[in-house]
Amino acid sequence: MRFTLNGKRASVRAHPMARLLDVLRETCHLTGTKEGCGEGECGACTVLIDGLPVNSCLVPFAQVDGARVTTIEGLGGKHPLQHAFVEFGGAQCGICTPGMIMAAVALGPKPSTPEMQTGLAGNLCRCTGYSAIYRSIRAANRGTASLKARTTTGRKKR
Amino acid sequence: MPRRAVGTNVLRKEGVEKVTGRARYLDDLSFPNLLYGRTIRSTVPAGDIAAIRYDFDRTGFTVVDYHDVPGQNFVALIEEDQPCLVEKTVRHAAEPVVLLAHEDRETLAQAVVHIDYRATAPNYDPERSTRSFKNISIDKGDIERGLAEADLVVEGEYRVGHQEQLYIEPNGVIAVPEGSRRITVYGSMQCPYYVHRALKVLLGFSDDQVRVVQTETGGGFGGKEEYPSMIAGHAALLALKSGRPVKLVYDRVEDLLATTKRHPAVIRHRTGVKRDGRLTAIDIDAVFDGGAYATLSAVVLSRGMIHASGPYRCDHVRIRGRAMMTNTPPNGAFRGFGAPQSQFAAEVHMDRVAERLAIDAVRLREINAFKPGDTTATGQKLGEDCSALAVLREAVKRTRFKQKRRALKGTGRGIGLSLFFHGSGFTGSGELKLGSKASLALTERGANILVASTEIGQGTRTMLAQIAADTLGMPYDAIDVNDADTKVVPDSGPTVASRTCMIVGRLVQHAARDLKARLGPLTPKQYLRKHGPLTVTAQYEKPGEISWDDATYRGDAYESYGWGCDVVEVQVDPVTWQVTPTAFTTVHEIGRAIHPGLARGQIEGGSAQGLGYAILEDVVMRDGRMANCQLTNYIIPTTLDTPAIDVVLIENPYPRGPFGAKGVGEMPIDGPAPAVVNAIRHAGVDVRDIPATPEKIMAACASR
Repeated sequence: MRFTLNGKRASVRAHPMARLLDVLRETCHLTGTKEGCGEGECGACTVLIDGLPVNSCLVPFAQVDGARVTTIEGLGGKHPLQHAFVEFGGAQCGICTPGMIMAAVALGPKPSTPEMQTGLAGNLCRCTGYSAIYRSIRAANRGTASLKARTTTGRKKR
Repeated sequence: MPRRAVGTNVLRKEGVEKVTGRARYLDDLSFPNLLYGRTIRSTVPAGDIAAIRYDFDRTGFTVVDYHDVPGQNFVALIEEDQPCLVEKTVRHAAEPVVLLAHEDRETLAQAVVHIDYRATAPNYDPERSTRSFKNISIDKGDIERGLAEADLVVEGEYRVGHQEQLYIEPNGVIAVPEGSRRITVYGSMQCPYYVHRALKVLLGFSDDQVRVVQTETGGGFGGKEEYPSMIAGHAALLALKSGRPVKLVYDRVEDLLATTKRHPAVIRHRTGVKRDGRLTAIDIDAVFDGGAYATLSAVVLSRGMIHASGPYRCDHVRIRGRAMMTNTPPNGAFRGFGAPQSQFAAEVHMDRVAERLAIDAVRLREINAFKPGDTTATGQKLGEDCSALAVLREAVKRTRFKQKRRALKGTGRGIGLSLFFHGSGFTGSGELKLGSKASLALTERGANILVASTEIGQGTRTMLAQIAADTLGMPYDAIDVNDADTKVVPDSGPTVASRTCMIVGRLVQHAARDLKARLGPLTPKQYLRKHGPLTVTAQYEKPGEISWDDATYRGDAYESYGWGCDVVEVQVDPVTWQVTPTAFTTVHEIGRAIHPGLARGQIEGGSAQGLGYAILEDVVMRDGRMANCQLTNYIIPTTLDTPAIDVVLIENPYPRGPFGAKGVGEMPIDGPAPAVVNAIRHAGVDVRDIPATPEKIMAACASR
């Protein structure tokens, strides 16, 4: 199969009905994409195909022929969302994080809270209660995530 | 002097790895000559195995049953009742019987093993069970006198169901043999030394023949406290027999079917109260469903019962709890560890008492809430670190609770509240028995923290490094945190019980003070050049005035408690009976927040998990097995189910905690369920059983 993987041309041999998730993880050795349920419910395996988010556990490999596939590795570590997820607590255990960030990339610029809620509804996170994920996405869009520690303290008891 | 790290939101140590996909979780690892493992499980809930037939070509397969256990065939934890592999008698469905390994996953999946049984009658009802794993009695004062003094006695029965931890990374391990007498197990886990001990017993190995290494772990919530000992044993048996590395990773269905869940419980309250609202008697009877084996039921019940009377002063308390055996997969550790069950009952009952007295629910709590100097059910005298009234008042004020309570009446919406507390660290003399250790090794640039406490998302590495940095007077970036590898780190005890910050953090602080004193005026580099390597270790010592009697259940159950108050607003749909939480405020007093951002993350996440417990998460058991063991039909909160979570941290530093810190991990899950059910009651529906699914709401409405 010939396709574009993280901006580079790729030619990969695998069974056409293999799960895209397995091809990425095992054939291409891109283990940033995670498996949480194997049935398209948790979104941990979210990648972008031609810019749209998909659950790679539900996509047969044949379907990416000629397409552009982007995984977490394709963001290169410099994406504002990646910075913001570190700085604003969007990542805790981190297992949903690659999928969550890819789904957040697909939200486009400056999503509203309802847009984030709808756009991320297919990505389960058990650690954060989602609040810190929204804060991270908002910060990435404001351009305030700088990977520098900020100082805040809790409230004093009165 | 470097900038202080404690109290600031420094960057998470492993944050960059996690957002780039470089963090290596168990299933991301591979080894040469790797085999894949598979577990063949019982299909009946009770009976004896009559025969096992292998209907496949065994070429290339490694097959293991209980005959292959070189040591003792049980999962070493508290009791010795749970076999690693069934010998004859099956006590629950999905119990492991036979293990297979093969290098090709397809071939492995297609292998057919038939097990014939002589089935016996199962029991799924803990109240009808005749086998108790643990009974607990807590007595304070004279219950009969307290009931006699009451103007009114209010009774109530409350039920809670199973809950699945639902870490997004399923359980998994890789066992790598070195010859036949040495093994290394890598795995997703909370407690490397639990696994280490279990493997020694199972394999008949000594300390240095077993090495356990925690890999980056995608959530635990208690679900990776005891179960990894089981799966590590299985992988180790396959690896030793085949002489090859074996990877055993559960898919979601197997993880839901076979691993531990929160204990279901039935809790009955009988409360004596004066007309003016003062409590005179609290009488509680609780039955916890332990499942088929003891696992951690005794200690889950213990924490549950110690918290059962809630954060309230009362001179006459009687608490009776029992954890009973049933023919269902064993229940075990889950964030909160018995306290979410017992405090659900306590707080829903408190609103029922207020209703019967026709007194305001906030007022009733204000009258009875613990103050410094009051004594708990176990006779523990509370100190200045008691903040029950402070969190209650802040939550009521911030949410304009009383005004909303009046305004929402009769609108189909409701607002409810819960007041709760949570002990930090192991119960009673548990910490003394653990005798945990933490070490610091001097490095060229600073220090390396050596602890068995695991990073499972909550921020262990970051928080401990902040404590070490400020104690040493070094920058946060000069502190490294070693992998939790039993070959290198000492036993700091398990990563459970809201103990990592307060207990292990204090050990790190002590070790750092020692290291600083030894360094004197030298920089680490100068010291290493002059004197060579330096590692210092601190070990747990009981704070002098703490005392606990295991025999009578009297004394200081915990060194300190956190305090919390939740307020929830709900909408009850009159057509679908669905309950939607529309606003959520939580006020927490956790001593001092070492990292306010991480603490807030724990509170937000635990609150969301508690909202799931309240209304969504329904483990359907059919014939002793989970019938909905998929994420398609076991529903946890998504973005659309989770309201904005308003978090308030009140600081009341605990003098013996590191920089004033108490525990934080578990408490957030104690409050949401009773607050939601109290809000549903305010909206006009009387449910006393969670999860409060639309079916239960509809039934409650039909019966009124």
